[in-house]
Order: sequence, then structure tokens, then C-alpha cells
Amino acid sequence: MSGVGQQRATASLRHRLAERGVDAALLLLVPGLVVALALFVYPFSYGIGLTIQPTAAMQEQWGGGIFANYVAFFSDPFVFDSVGLTMRLALPAALFNVLASVPVAMVLRHRFRGKRLLTSLLVLPITLGTVLTAQGLLIFAGRQGWLNRTLLEIGLIDEPLQLVNNYLGVMFSLVITGFPFAFLLISSYLSGIDPSLEQAAKTLGAGWWQRFRRIVLPLLAPGLATTFVLTFVLAFSVFPSARLVGDAMGETRVMSLMAFRAFGEQNDYAMASTIALMMGAVELIVVVAVLGLRSLLYRGTTGGKG
Amino acid sequence: MAASTLERPLAARPSTWFVWAGMTAFGVFLLGILLAVVVDSFGRQWFDTWFPEGLTTERYAEAWDRFALGEVVGVTVGVALLVVVISVLVGVPAAYVLARRDFPGKRAVMLLFLLPVLMPPITYGIPLATVMYSFGLGRTLTAVVLVNLVPSVPFVILTMTPFIEQINPAIESAARMCGARTRQVFTRILAPLLVPGILAAAILVLVRTVGLFELTFLVSGPGSDTLVVAIYRGMTSAGGGEARQLISAMSVIYTATMLVMLVVALRFVNPTQLVAQVKETRDD
Amino acid sequence: MSDFESLELRGVGRRFGGVDALSGLDLTIKSGEFVALLGPSGCGKSTALNCLAGLLPLTHGEILLDGRRIDTLPPERRGFGMVFQSYALFPHLSVEKNVAFGLQMQGLPRAEIDSRVREAISLVKLGEHAKKLPGQLSGGQQQRVAIARAVVLEPSLVLMDEPLSNLDAKLRLDMRTEIRRLHQSLGLTTIYVTHDQEEALSLADRLVVMREGRVQQVGTPDELYESPTSWYVADFMGYRNILPATVVSTSAGEAVVELPGTAGGGDGARLTGRAVGGLAAGDDVRVAIRPEDFVLVSSGVSAGSPTGRAAGSIPGAVSVVEYHGREHAVGVQTGDTMLHARTPAAPQVGAPVSLTAPVERVLVFPEALDAVVPQEVAA
Repeated sequence: MSGVGQQRATASLRHRLAERGVDAALLLLVPGLVVALALFVYPFSYGIGLTIQPTAAMQEQWGGGIFANYVAFFSDPFVFDSVGLTMRLALPAALFNVLASVPVAMVLRHRFRGKRLLTSLLVLPITLGTVLTAQGLLIFAGRQGWLNRTLLEIGLIDEPLQLVNNYLGVMFSLVITGFPFAFLLISSYLSGIDPSLEQAAKTLGAGWWQRFRRIVLPLLAPGLATTFVLTFVLAFSVFPSARLVGDAMGETRVMSLMAFRAFGEQNDYAMASTIALMMGAVELIVVVAVLGLRSLLYRGTTGGKG
Repeated sequence: MAASTLERPLAARPSTWFVWAGMTAFGVFLLGILLAVVVDSFGRQWFDTWFPEGLTTERYAEAWDRFALGEVVGVTVGVALLVVVISVLVGVPAAYVLARRDFPGKRAVMLLFLLPVLMPPITYGIPLATVMYSFGLGRTLTAVVLVNLVPSVPFVILTMTPFIEQINPAIESAARMCGARTRQVFTRILAPLLVPGILAAAILVLVRTVGLFELTFLVSGPGSDTLVVAIYRGMTSAGGGEARQLISAMSVIYTATMLVMLVVALRFVNPTQLVAQVKETRDD
Repeated sequence: MSDFESLELRGVGRRFGGVDALSGLDLTIKSGEFVALLGPSGCGKSTALNCLAGLLPLTHGEILLDGRRIDTLPPERRGFGMVFQSYALFPHLSVEKNVAFGLQMQGLPRAEIDSRVREAISLVKLGEHAKKLPGQLSGGQQQRVAIARAVVLEPSLVLMDEPLSNLDAKLRLDMRTEIRRLHQSLGLTTIYVTHDQEEALSLADRLVVMREGRVQQVGTPDELYESPTSWYVADFMGYRNILPATVVSTSAGEAVVELPGTAGGGDGARLTGRAVGGLAAGDDVRVAIRPEDFVLVSSGVSAGSPTGRAAGSIPGAVSVVEYHGREHAVGVQTGDTMLHARTPAAPQVGAPVSLTAPVERVLVFPEALDAVVPQEVAA
């Protein structure tokens, strides 16, 4: 009798867990969790711990006891200015990539000849990667590159423009690598909007601008916010291009360069972690702000199938 | 769709011309960059002229020897394949659970997988690299593979979860009602249905891993550098960097590798239709 | 085909996060029966089916097959067949391979699989489509494949989850006949979930009407159609006129009620009807009358008198006339209520009429549904 009771008890525990969705299938999640915990959460917490173990030199120079690294981050203009420099690059770049993608995606949404070729061309920069883009920009847009030569030849300018090794060079690089990414995302959001909605608007007498403004844009807005966030993340962590086509000690002295300088050149892991963490914090502020705005926008279905 | 095809909006409006002008400019930049590197890599000498004086393929041989590119390419491909295999094996089962189950703490788990994708790689890369060095893994292949898993596993999970959600769960129930055990449901029913999604995710992870610079750079060293890192080191090495043509040759090799992979990839999936294709599969 | 005596559900229940999707389901199904679970979406009928299939674990109760507990077995070991609303065919396998899948899982020899698959496919008349993929078939054909896939295993029980709801009206009628034919010719035991009363009435030997996770009434189609035990069941059985009312007086199983929403003297028209369940004067009740039981009397001239004693009459005016072939569906506006009736001849829209019905066809139910004790009428 007690055996039966026991069986019932375990059965009912299993039932209770099953009712909340807990059963053996959850074991499939374990490898993924192990990877995330061992390679992300643990090092991250370790890094946070490191930031409050500043080197003796740091404590001596900046004071603040165990928070010396943070004191250094906020009071050393050479380091702290990199926050503004990074934002000055990442925000306009992300904004441009998203805003430029919308009309392009709208046009490419329709079927026409050579669409696949054009799409492939837009996706091409993904294969180039930042390093090759940098090398190409240096040659193509350099003082003696084809771009300046052409502009000189047709008489638009009198002397070569300085297009690389400065802010502009990095911006070019961010657009070339970031635009295709934004375009792909926005295209897929756009394809999720039921075309019959626009046709319905057309039958109700809406012109193309009204259709875009009143129908497509509101439905696309959450997607735009998401795309902005992801493009911003890409642009924010700009590292190779800032070094290679930028002015690494001047106007493109971005946070990741500072972090790497502390890590690779000064071997000050504590300070490097501090800068890296502050980088995450700055980015998080922007992301949360944008996602907060997004949650105010329309979030329902976009009428697409599924 | 038929209506919009007939409408031919392409030639109609000034806004459309504006878009085409912008895209032409983008195309010119893109082709200019690509051609400049290719031409440079075959150039004997190229300073103050439109084209190099004389062409040669010597730069490739020279770069190949100087940077031990045989080994570097081997490392690049090897690391990429390993990362792909591990991320798929780890990511797909997790994606399955997230797509099919509701359980306490699901949102927290989702957030955990979302964070590495949303964070700048340097932010977790530096603490991670520090841990790698303190475990004596610095500059090893193991470390390169491990750091690449951090963004790749969540990437597979985040792309596969919606893919799996779109497969009708009743299909799995039907298999069970036909007497299939859990393992058979996975091997006979789910695996074949998931192949297109897994292929797409795997290709994207492959391309990302080959192109990922920041994380690899932090933990790699001689013998474990991938192509991108080798190019970066070539461009920034002390003394103003290596001869430009050598770097260009190396970049062309990199692009060729990437292009081959992407062409293969595009034979399987059209990236803009990734979402749509899944839907079509389900409509069947 | 069915190799058991009886299947018994005892107090079967299922909770989802604190909400009872199904509770206290008691039902005994005999071999060879066709039982339909009927109710609107969310009433727990699909939950019941999934619990029976093993796709959802129970949170209460037990399921016994010939006295042997099976609710702890996983679905693949219960030996039931199931047909899904969305067909759930394996999209990557041809029709043949879909049907063969279950037999392969049993590890049968190839020759036997081949012959049984061929037999099952010809049974659902899909011989020429055997090599096609599900995506190349129409909805009706896909549903036939799904049925073949379930019955080829010779299951002791076939579970059908709204199998016809994705088909268009004409196909639905054909498939309905088809399902009944297969059930009889193969000697299956079938449990069929649907929200369509017509489907349930025409297919099933026994009906189980459900509401909010609980059984409302169990009985043969005839019993449910003629003697619903609550206005909820009546509503499902085609009593389209369900009117709130108050009991004026009761006597010998009959009740006189007042219909406040209707035109008529004082507090609305008065009707006499058959009281279902105990009623007392002053109770809030609902009166249920089928459209076909109403008799339309137009401006003093009777179009036909009710067979038997008249329940009283409700005055009104014709507001809608729909042509339905041999008869007309007529909407009669009375007070702020629209009543539905059927007549052979089409009345003039706007014509003043009065409606009446035989006393035994006017059913008076208590307002509260919870007071109804689910009762199992012997089959």
C-alpha cells in the first residue's frame, strides 16, 4: 500500500513539474548553458572582480583605493575622451545605415530583372571584412588613389582630399561594412509586412507617401529600432578600422583601442577590463534607450503570413 | 505581388532615382576598394600613376612564404569548421527547447543568450582573454576556438529558435503517435526538416568566424593566428608595416576564401528570403 | 480491429499554470463505438484528446484500458492512432513513406509494410498519388493521407482532432461520409473532437458536450437533440432561440414564463413550456426553442396550427427573410429581441405576425449552468 502511495507521490511531483513545463527535454539546454556560463558569465564576473584590483601604480597615480581604475577612467582625459569619440563615430554611422537602408529596401522589394545580382552586390562587403576594407580604402581613397585622381581630372578639386587616416576614413569603413547588414535586416522586416495592406490603403485613396508614412512606417518602426541597435553594436566596437584607416591617437581614438592598449601594450588587465566594462555600460545605455523608445511603438502583427 | 510587378515603380519617381544614385555611389566605392586591392596585389610598383608599372604574381609567393600563409589558411579553415560544428551541436538542441517549451526562467535564459550578441566583443573579450591567459591557454588554438564560441553559440540559438517555431509541433506529435521514440523523432523527422535552417546558420557562423577579428586577435599568437589577424599584424607591425603589395596579396587570398564559401552558401539560401523560405516550407 | 473491451477515463484532469483546462472527466468507451467530444474552442475537448493520446501528461485521474493503467505510458507505447486538425504530415516524406512510417517504427518486414501501405492507400483512394509529397496534394487528399497513416497501424483507438475544420464545405460533407465508412468497415473505435454539432450528430454513436473543461451532458445524438439537460447544450443542438425569462408559475413539469425582451402585454409575452430541472416561481430561466418548432401566424390567418397544445404566442414583425431552398428562414423582431423561425412560404417583410410553438417543444432551463449535474445517460 505504501508502495502505491509512493508511486503516486512521485507521479504527482512529475505531474506538477510537467504542468510548469519542467521535464527531461530541458536537458537539451544544458550544453548551451554550460558554454554561456563558462565562457561568458564566469569571465565576465571575473573581469568585474579584476576592475577593483588596480595595480599599485594606478592607485598611486589616481588614488581612490580599489576604485583607482574607475577614477582613472573618468579623470584621465586621454582615456575618457574616447567615450565621446566613439559615440561621434558610432551614432551617425548607425543612423545613416538604417535610414539609407529603408529606401533601398523599399525599391528592391519589388521584382525586377537583376535583383539577385544587385542583392549579391550589396552583400559582398560582408565577405570583405573590416581589414580588407581598410586596406582597399587606403589605396582607393588615399592621396594618390583612383578617387582623388578622378576628382582632380574632372576638375572638381584642386588638390587631393584627405579621405583616410582620419574621421572620414573610419566613417567610410563603417558604412561599407554596416550598410549591407542593416539592409538585409530591414529587407526581411519589410518582407514580413503583408503587401495587401498597402493595396488596401491604395484602394482607400492613399498616395505613395501616405502609404509609406501611415502604413509601412508604423509597422516597420520596431524593426528599424532593432536594426539600429544591432548596427550600433557593430559600429560601436569598431577596432581595426579605427586603427588602420583612422587617426588612432587623435580623432578616432575609440574605446576599444584604449582597452586594447591597456591589455596588449601595457599588460594592465585590470585597467583593460575596466575600460571594456565601461564600454559595455555606455553601449547598454544607448541600447536601453532605443529599446525603451521601441516599446512605445506598435508591437502587434505585421499582417504577414505566419 | 502581381499588381506591384505591373506597376513598374522603378522608373517612375525622383525618389527612386535618388536611391539608384546612392546605390551607384556605394557600388563605385565598393568596386573601387576591391579592384584597388586586386590591382595592387599584382603590381610590381605603384606610386604616382593610374596603374602599376608592370604586373607580377610574385607578391603572392612572397606573401605566402613571409607570413606562413599555408599554416594560417589551415588554421583559419580548421578553426572555422570546428566552431561551426560545436555551435550547431550545442545551439540547435537549446534552440529546440526554447522554441517548444515554456518553463520557469525561460526569459532569463533567453537574455543570457542574447547578451553576447548585443555586447561589444571587446567588453567580454578582454576579461575572457585574461581568463584564457591565466589558464595557460593564451595563444593556443583551443583558446581561439573557445572565444569564437561565445558569439557563435548564441547566434545559432537565436537564428534556429524562430526556424524551429515555424515547424508545426503536431508533426512531432504525429510521429510519436506512429510509435516513434524520442530519438527516432529527432533523427527521422526533425533532422531532415531542420537541415535547411542548420545549413543557413552554419554558413553564417562560418563567415562570421573567418571574419571575426576582435576576439581572435585577443587570444591568438604565432601558430594560432587566423587570416584577418595575420593581415592586421602585417599592416601594423613595427616599422610602418610590411610592403603594401604583400598585404594586398594576403587580402585577396582572404577575400577569395570568403567568396568561395559565400558562393557555396548562396547556392543553398538566399539571405533576404531566409525568413520567407521557412514559411514556404511550412505552407507545404 | 479494436482488440479491447473498454477504455475508461476516471476523473481525468489537466491544469495549465493553475487553470483547469479539463477536470473530472469520467467516460467509458466500449470497443467499436464512435464518440464525439463537442464544444466551443477552449472547452477542453482537445485537451482531453491529447491527454488520451499521451501528448499531454495528466494532472489528475487515470486512464484504464481493460482495467490496465495506461496514463503513465508515453504516446508511442499506447498503440493509438491520431488524425490532426493541421494534418501534420511529414513534409519531407512521400505519401507512401508517410503511411509506412509507423510500420517501420514497429520494425515489420519490408514485404508486409509494402502490402499494408498499398492497402491503406487504396482504402483512402489515393493510389495514383502514392509517390507525391504532401505539399503537392490538396487539403482533402492530405487529410486522407493522415487518416491512412493512422489506420494502417490497426490502432485499438483512433483519435481525431477536428479533422475536417480546414476543409471547404462540400469536401467536408464527403469526408464525413468517408470517415463514417472507414469506422464501420474497419471496425474502429473512434474518438472525434469537433465544434460542429452537425458533424457530431451525424457521425457519432455517443456525444459528450463540454464546457469550460467540464462535461455538460453525455448521450446519444437523439437524446441530446430531443432532451438537452441545459440551455448550453440546447444552444449547441440547434435551439437557436435562447431567451432569458422569469418563471411565473409551475405545475406538473411545466412552467409558465414571462419573456421580458419581447413585445406583448405587461412584462413581455407569456409562454408555457416543459420545465427541465426543478423550477419555482420567480426563478430566472432561459427558454430554448428551435426555429423549426415555431409556427408563424400572420395577421390573424393561421398558416398552420401547432401539433398539440400551443404554448402561447409572441407578437412581432417580419424583419428578415432568407431563402433556404424548400423553406425560408425568417427573422421576427419582437421588442428588442430577434426570433428565428422557419416557414415553407415566404412572408412579406414588415408583415405583423405572431409566433407560437407546441408546449413540449418549448424547453425551460434554469439560468445557472453550474447547477446542472452532469448525468450520463446509458447508451
